[in-house]
Amino acid sequence: MITIIDYKAGNLTSVQRALNYLGIKNQISKDPDVVRKAERLIFPGVGAAGSAMKTLRERGLDAALKEAFERGTPILGICLGSQIILSMSEEDGNTPGLGMISGRATKFKFRDESLKIPHMGWNEVRISQPHPVLAHLNPGDEFYFVHSYYPQPESDVNIFATSEYGFEFPVAVGVDNLFAVQFHTEKSGPVGLQTLVNFAAW
Amino acid sequence: MLSKRIISCLDVRDGKLAKSVKFVDTKDIGDPVVQAKKYYEEGLDELVFYDITASSDKRDIMLDVVSAVAEQVFIPFSVGGGLRTVEDCSRVLLAGAEKINVNSAAVLRPELISEASAAFGAQAVVLSMDVLRVAPAPGLESGYEIVIEGGRRRMGIDAIEWAKRGEELGAGELVVNSIDADGTKEGYELTLTRLIAEAVSIPVIASGGGGTPEHLYDVLTEGKADAALVASMLHYGEYTIEEIKRYLVERGIKVRSA
Repeated sequence: MITIIDYKAGNLTSVQRALNYLGIKNQISKDPDVVRKAERLIFPGVGAAGSAMKTLRERGLDAALKEAFERGTPILGICLGSQIILSMSEEDGNTPGLGMISGRATKFKFRDESLKIPHMGWNEVRISQPHPVLAHLNPGDEFYFVHSYYPQPESDVNIFATSEYGFEFPVAVGVDNLFAVQFHTEKSGPVGLQTLVNFAAW
Repeated sequence: MLSKRIISCLDVRDGKLAKSVKFVDTKDIGDPVVQAKKYYEEGLDELVFYDITASSDKRDIMLDVVSAVAEQVFIPFSVGGGLRTVEDCSRVLLAGAEKINVNSAAVLRPELISEASAAFGAQAVVLSMDVLRVAPAPGLESGYEIVIEGGRRRMGIDAIEWAKRGEELGAGELVVNSIDADGTKEGYELTLTRLIAEAVSIPVIASGGGGTPEHLYDVLTEGKADAALVASMLHYGEYTIEEIKRYLVERGIKVRSA
């Protein structure tokens, strides 16, 4: 059973629909006790870091999520979920994050005006360190992205995949039982669904 | 590197698929859910659904279509047509769409763009604009005018100015639909598309006139579009998504492999 954490973060039902399609048992919950005891967690997200952190705190989900992380619960972060697991985000005037991985969510900055922000659309994901959640993918596989910030861990040890948009930036980060991707697995066609299947078996 | 997107639009009336030709005649050609799933499996990058249902009491049929699509199709899609309030937009997003697509209602009440952008984020707000080529005149310097009601009502607004305003109000993407080119299959309106792509810093989706893969190549290069909308060339089986993408790859355009 996968528990999808509800903190008013947009793409919950898209993630749920993808899991249902794959026949993976799941539930949506905003109850910190359910999150603490969950077998597996998906931490999705669309929106801004500031309001996301505020809702997490108000619902007591920040502490519950950290507890689950320390207990060894497999956790998959998606999009904003890959940013607020870091120490901080540059969004909303340097928002403190959950600090599960040292690093910061960093805003794209380009001199080249042809590079638009947000980075929106399909882009190739290059695996830099093998990980069970990224199993069965092929070189050149593309995933769907919509974001203006990207997760930048302090150490390369925590980077599992990158993409290129003006420069090479991290798109999959992780530590221990936590793995998080900047792309939308639930909207990335068959390869995206594969990563959800992988997570369910991780 | 970001791929150029191939997007298809499905016009839906009373829950059934239709394709407009020059906005005058529409002819049912199938079930939108079946069609959407087929395109998804064939490697389409994104979908747009326009609800062209006339009577308001049948509007909820569209929500059923949206949720049926969301259960089986795992690429982004937007929904437009008849969205006048944030509440209308919210219902479509909750039913499973990633983005809402506003057109006439935003021309008549531009605050709809800022309200939707504040509520759902710019990434969820697509501004579609129907554009007619006209003689340049004061206030219409570019020679491109915004029209609504399927091209019947001219609004006296310069299309380039409207595109910039849409971006300022919080639209995350623009669909630029040329009324002149729509349904002709003679190619996209390259000048219009390029002028708008150069005037804004959000992605521009070219629409209207695509008849061959070469037309897509032209609008993705000379027209500076980030994505191209295809309709009848796919709907009538003249080309497959794979054929279009293979052609573009051969000509050096980066697209997601079908």
